[in-house]
Amino acid sequence: MSTQKLKEIINKVLPDVETVICWQEGFDKLNVTPIFITSPEQVDKVVWNAACAQNLASYLPAQKKKVGVVVKGCDSRTIVQYMQEGLIDRNNVVIIGMPCKGIISKKKVQKAINNEPVEEITYTDDSIKVKTPSGEKTIAIKDVCPSKCTSCQYPTPVISDQLAADAIQSDKPADSVYADVAELEGKTLEERWAYFAKEFDKCIRCYACRNACPMCVCQDSCIAETRDPHWVTQKLNFDEKLMFHMIHALHLAGRCVECGECERVCPMEIPVAKLKKKINKEMKELFDYTPGVNPEDKPPMFVFNVDEAKIKEHKL
Amino acid sequence: MSEVKGKELRIVGFLCNWCSYGGADTAGVGRFKQPTDLRIIRVPCSGRVDPMFVVRALITGADGVLVSGCHPRDCHYSDGNFYARRRLEMLKRLLPFLGIDDKRFHYTWVSASEGARWQQVVTDFTTRLHALGPMQNK
Repeated sequence: MSTQKLKEIINKVLPDVETVICWQEGFDKLNVTPIFITSPEQVDKVVWNAACAQNLASYLPAQKKKVGVVVKGCDSRTIVQYMQEGLIDRNNVVIIGMPCKGIISKKKVQKAINNEPVEEITYTDDSIKVKTPSGEKTIAIKDVCPSKCTSCQYPTPVISDQLAADAIQSDKPADSVYADVAELEGKTLEERWAYFAKEFDKCIRCYACRNACPMCVCQDSCIAETRDPHWVTQKLNFDEKLMFHMIHALHLAGRCVECGECERVCPMEIPVAKLKKKINKEMKELFDYTPGVNPEDKPPMFVFNVDEAKIKEHKL
Repeated sequence: MSEVKGKELRIVGFLCNWCSYGGADTAGVGRFKQPTDLRIIRVPCSGRVDPMFVVRALITGADGVLVSGCHPRDCHYSDGNFYARRRLEMLKRLLPFLGIDDKRFHYTWVSASEGARWQQVVTDFTTRLHALGPMQNK
């Protein structure tokens, strides 16, 4: 239904743009992969289902010509953030919005089916039916969705030229977004250090989180790899791992749109987004700013007020 | 993470050239007694202080980090310390979440004429860090 509508919209948009970025089926039914559509024959390859996890907006800053892009609600915030930071020209992007009720995490599905090979998957609105050599299993999407979906506030894109389905309202409470951060805040300093030390020690510094991050726009100039300045060395120790994650978190201060790509691609299942969410929570409190919602806003670290209402001087 | 054995701690101070460095100089010229734990790095402006300077210092062996610049509205470059204030406040709130005591990091404003205030800041910050002891996180 909505896949049909999506294809119709892409066919309509295609003549005006260089390419339309969408999802197609991957090497098996559990995987989808991006496709850059340039001719009408390719439109038939388009898929839309709960496996469409990739944030396609990430491709936009590198595009030179006018392009179309299909985005979910969470992905659309990336586009708004790009606009705030002047990284894309809104006139050169046709945004096709895809209201979304939640996607699946590939890793969680694989765990649920004991890593058996997937023969067939049928996607419905709120569940998936997976066929493996040992039989069929129906799994509710809410049981295998990434954590961002459990507190999704923007199921309908915040910005779009075309909507491929009816808009959906969020049914999740607003305070659930930072529930995981609040839970950690409730622990003691030592417990938090132990938690992050354990998690970041798993890091193999593959930098997949950085490569997948839509807001990591430094490309080849990323200071995690430059020799001058030499911020992190190639030593394989915890200090360097921690330093890398601090670079990632601090460079995303007040910019992270919480699309969850970093956690999706992490091969070690590190909760990479935790530090960024904590900063976002503080930005909300200090400057009443939420990244990627209003194109007219300015990211809080780009601007200042002479008299900061909420920053109090610290006493010794 | 602390690299220093014995009773002295390793404290890194990032001081802006125009106010705080001058303030520290004034304190020196006035022969105010100060603890010797602080190692000063002169930067052009507190706006030059990337929060990663602080993180890198704490990760690689500092027990505490002090950042000091011109008072708000007095910045030599007119608005460097306004940006610094937002960044450093963000860091101040992030560090305890990571499990590093935010008492180990302090940012403040000292002008070139405030030699006595500089002495107070250094003494109080060093006293606070001695109460915390060397950095244990490792």
